[in-house]
Amino acid sequence: MHELSIVSSIVDSVITTLEAYPGAQVKEVRLRIGALASVVEDSLQFCYGIATDGTPLEGSKLVVKILPVMMHCDSCAADVEIASLQSFRCPRCDEPVLDLRQGRELEIESIEIDEVEEKV
Amino acid sequence: MTTRIVELRQGILKKNDELARVLRGRYEAAGVLVLNLVSSPGTGKTAFLERTLRDLRTGGANVAALVGDLETDNDARRLAASGAPVRQINTHGICHLEAEMVAKHLDGWELADLDYLFIENVGNLVCPSSYDLGEKIRVALLSVTEGEDKPLKYPTLFNSADAAIITKIDIAEPCGFDRATALKNINEIRPGVRIFETSAKTGAGMGDWLAYLAEQRVHS
Repeated sequence: MHELSIVSSIVDSVITTLEAYPGAQVKEVRLRIGALASVVEDSLQFCYGIATDGTPLEGSKLVVKILPVMMHCDSCAADVEIASLQSFRCPRCDEPVLDLRQGRELEIESIEIDEVEEKV
Repeated sequence: MTTRIVELRQGILKKNDELARVLRGRYEAAGVLVLNLVSSPGTGKTAFLERTLRDLRTGGANVAALVGDLETDNDARRLAASGAPVRQINTHGICHLEAEMVAKHLDGWELADLDYLFIENVGNLVCPSSYDLGEKIRVALLSVTEGEDKPLKYPTLFNSADAAIITKIDIAEPCGFDRATALKNINEIRPGVRIFETSAKTGAGMGDWLAYLAEQRVHS
């Protein structure tokens, strides 16, 4: 259950970003999470509600994009998707695959904000 | 009001990752091999580490350990009996160690005087896998009492391991431990990983493990 620590880091990063946009309202926070990142989306969503309470992120939506695990297969000389995390073998040639190319990401991709119009 | 999308493309654990990078640089500059030991509670990390510290010290190596625990300092006291410098990190409820906790507890230690530094993580097979502590080698431990399918249940951790240790092999038989299946499962998740079958009690497998440590230190 380290999702609360993760969500707290997200809130801190977004608040820092908001310094450049005074008065802006956060509508959406978009994440990219690898399937091997040990993070459960339901827990993230649950913690998000708690961690954003009373912050400029309150009421915003958390959108999580899960990235599949991609490994490089030397035999096929290609990046291949690992559909089951119970077996790290190439789906084409069945050889073991060692070289992780995608799947451990824990990233804030972007945020959507409503900016206050500047008064002229 | 205007709506705007602000691209961040930022690692959520950026702070931890950056500090881990700094620590890794410090370890390399000091020539100390750093290992992060991860397992479930009860696998026998502390007993395995006690034995490792004792055997390494007998062989003339300078070793130290940091040990993470939610509340008590029982493990640190056990490990200190080996004569090695040991510090307890109490996480007070946090289920994993972070680079910052490690950095704080290194204060006052001369890393250049050490050959090996072991970091015993909090007993947990999920959360520690996200947090880089700057270690060179991540060690996943599994005991014969836990079930051979543990690597399949926790692929995120076993897939990130540089070495795997099977502990308590002295009681493998009464536990009905299926060795072939356990080895196969570890290999399905982390193909080709070095696996050591050990007993802290009898010393079985410790020779290979110590030889591996010495070899890794030369290459670090």
